Amino acid sequence: MKILIKNGRVVDPANNLDQVCDILVDGAKIAKIDVGGHLLKRCPPSGGAQIIDASGKIVMPGLVDMHVHLREPGREDKETIASGTKAAAKGGVTTVLAMPNTSPAIDSLEAVKLLKDAIKNIAEVNVLICGAITKERAGKELADIAGLKKAGAVAISDDGVSVDSDELFKKALKQAKEQDVLITSHCEDKILSNNGVVNYGFTSTRLGLKGISKESEYKRVQRDIDLAAQAGARIHIAHVSCSESIEIIKKAKKKGIKVTAEVTPHHFSLTEESVLMYDTNFKMNPPLRSKEDLLVIKAALKDGTIDAIASDHAPHTENEKEIEFDRAEFGVIGLETEMAVTITELVNTGLLDWRALVERMSLNPARILGINKGTLSVGSDADIIIVSQEKEWVVKKEKFVSKSKNSAFIEKKLKGVVEHTICGGKICV
Amino acid sequence: MANKFVWTKKDLLGLEYLSKQEIERILSTAESFKEVTTREIKKVPSLRGKTVVNLFYEPSTRTRISFEVAAKRLSADVINISTETSSVKKGETLIDTGKNIEALKVDIIVMRHNYSGAAIMLARNVHASVINAGDGWHEHPTQALLDMFTLKEKLGRLEGLNVSIVGDIAHSRVARSNIWGLTKLGANVTVCAPKMLIPAEMEKMGIKVTYDIDEALHNADAVNVLRMQFERDEKNAFPKQLEYFKTFGITKERLAKAKKDIIVMHPGPINRGIEISSEVADGTNSVILEQVTNGIAVRMAVLFLVAQANESIKK
Repeated sequence: MKILIKNGRVVDPANNLDQVCDILVDGAKIAKIDVGGHLLKRCPPSGGAQIIDASGKIVMPGLVDMHVHLREPGREDKETIASGTKAAAKGGVTTVLAMPNTSPAIDSLEAVKLLKDAIKNIAEVNVLICGAITKERAGKELADIAGLKKAGAVAISDDGVSVDSDELFKKALKQAKEQDVLITSHCEDKILSNNGVVNYGFTSTRLGLKGISKESEYKRVQRDIDLAAQAGARIHIAHVSCSESIEIIKKAKKKGIKVTAEVTPHHFSLTEESVLMYDTNFKMNPPLRSKEDLLVIKAALKDGTIDAIASDHAPHTENEKEIEFDRAEFGVIGLETEMAVTITELVNTGLLDWRALVERMSLNPARILGINKGTLSVGSDADIIIVSQEKEWVVKKEKFVSKSKNSAFIEKKLKGVVEHTICGGKICV
Repeated sequence: MANKFVWTKKDLLGLEYLSKQEIERILSTAESFKEVTTREIKKVPSLRGKTVVNLFYEPSTRTRISFEVAAKRLSADVINISTETSSVKKGETLIDTGKNIEALKVDIIVMRHNYSGAAIMLARNVHASVINAGDGWHEHPTQALLDMFTLKEKLGRLEGLNVSIVGDIAHSRVARSNIWGLTKLGANVTVCAPKMLIPAEMEKMGIKVTYDIDEALHNADAVNVLRMQFERDEKNAFPKQLEYFKTFGITKERLAKAKKDIIVMHPGPINRGIEISSEVADGTNSVILEQVTNGIAVRMAVLFLVAQANESIKK
């Protein structure tokens, strides 16, 4: 099937392109790009094509979200590959990295193979697999990293926890380097975070809840970067939440250490103030931090210290969220709102231009993962989204296609709508 | 007396969420109810036909009884539920429990809960009035209100008073409620405890922090002595009991250096010889038992005000 996307403003930083173009999709690939936008007139596609008029809209590579919990296998009550990738498509995400903290964890060649089989024919968008660093993510014994890679995992992580042992983490980095697989690191020293549930400081004090100090994050960021530098391995820091971590990452990058970092939309748009009425849709790990942290995060998104925006899409059932704050699960869903939150908070405020947005949400994560995505080059996979920048909408709980509804943006007014998602040449939305 | 202010809140969740005017309204309403408690027949019909449920997830004797007496003196029907006897033990969620209680056409739920924020969550999910009788380390508004009522009764005012709160501040809902309430009414609050028992950035609540008990007592018009909750000391991080008494205990000798008429308060139950000496607890500066008496009037006021507000919301 052919699709002709007409007259859209095409933003493709990989090709240094930002202007009105027509794009012709043929089968699963991008067949032609006509700068100036007269493809139809000059050479009408033979055999006809479905035409999408993208006048006044942004046409860009589909988002690559490198931090997504699809919950399958084991917690299909929270999310499934089917529901999670449907949510991704709705949100303009054409590639997700599925985190391995499932039940059982994705910690072996066999587990990756089984997951791949489950993904096949069911997933609406591309699902890449992140394997575990240690067996059962228990931090005791390394998983078969070579086997994970062989089976197709593109990254490894014990996400949800950090590998506490320096020795074990060193071994992991060494193997990751040998196998050329990315380690993405959840940085948290659980002794320092001390079973906390909100940002440590005035917020934890006034709420009478245990606090998670910033120290519990940034000390581990520093350790992970130091060990990665020693090993000469790449490292990716997941969900950065505080200014100190950013300072550490910035310094490391200056030194030429191969570190990359991501931030979630909730950490660049919300602060600890949101949690003052104990709404568990604002309970996440790392927690929402202070206004000062938020400003530093935004500056780091602009200057490139933070490479990527990732949702940390973490679905939980109502039973796990609509309970006492201390007992509720950490995490929020994000696939269906990340584009609009980014447009509203970063693009429409003038902090990022479209080129920068496409880099942070598509091209950079693709490069970090070493996959051939995030671009609209002729011959590449036809993962394309069409976005209205100014269209306003209100986030409604009942409208989520994700199985879980635990969003931090319910009833928020956002600008930016994903009008179409094309994945592998197929129109999903 | 032309006070046009109208109480509109259906719940009492914490003093952080009340204005100065609202707190003053509770205290003035409590004054009139206190008069009732001195009559021979200590009962008024204000809440006749209303049902109050005391839902207690934590063992409590004095707060529950105080609410029960207060509700009965307002002619309400009172039901006591404790977790030992309820389906909570069978795993029912707080919201389900709340909705089930509400389905019985209950008007007011008085809840004590071991988790911070539980009362706020319950109030969001039921139409009945919710009164927070203590939630985790967060707030215990009626205790602070009765402390403030007692202080005002003794000293004639709250504005400008120097009030020190001594003890396990970190884990104390009584401290937090007192701080919000007292600072809103213009008192100067100092908290005093071993460093590990002062929570982070507490000064931002508009108070002074000291680790020196003599400094806390110096120039204080009142000292509110908190119970040391040694049972909470999971990590064995607290000072030993005797050591605590030596360093922070309120003794006759320490009081001798303070203002002569300093008021000594304690929310109870007291640990004699740990945070307070028997001499002081039973001495002339102590108002500990008057606090208990005033608790009835304050809780009557709160029950009355929230019930009235909820009635006008329903209309």
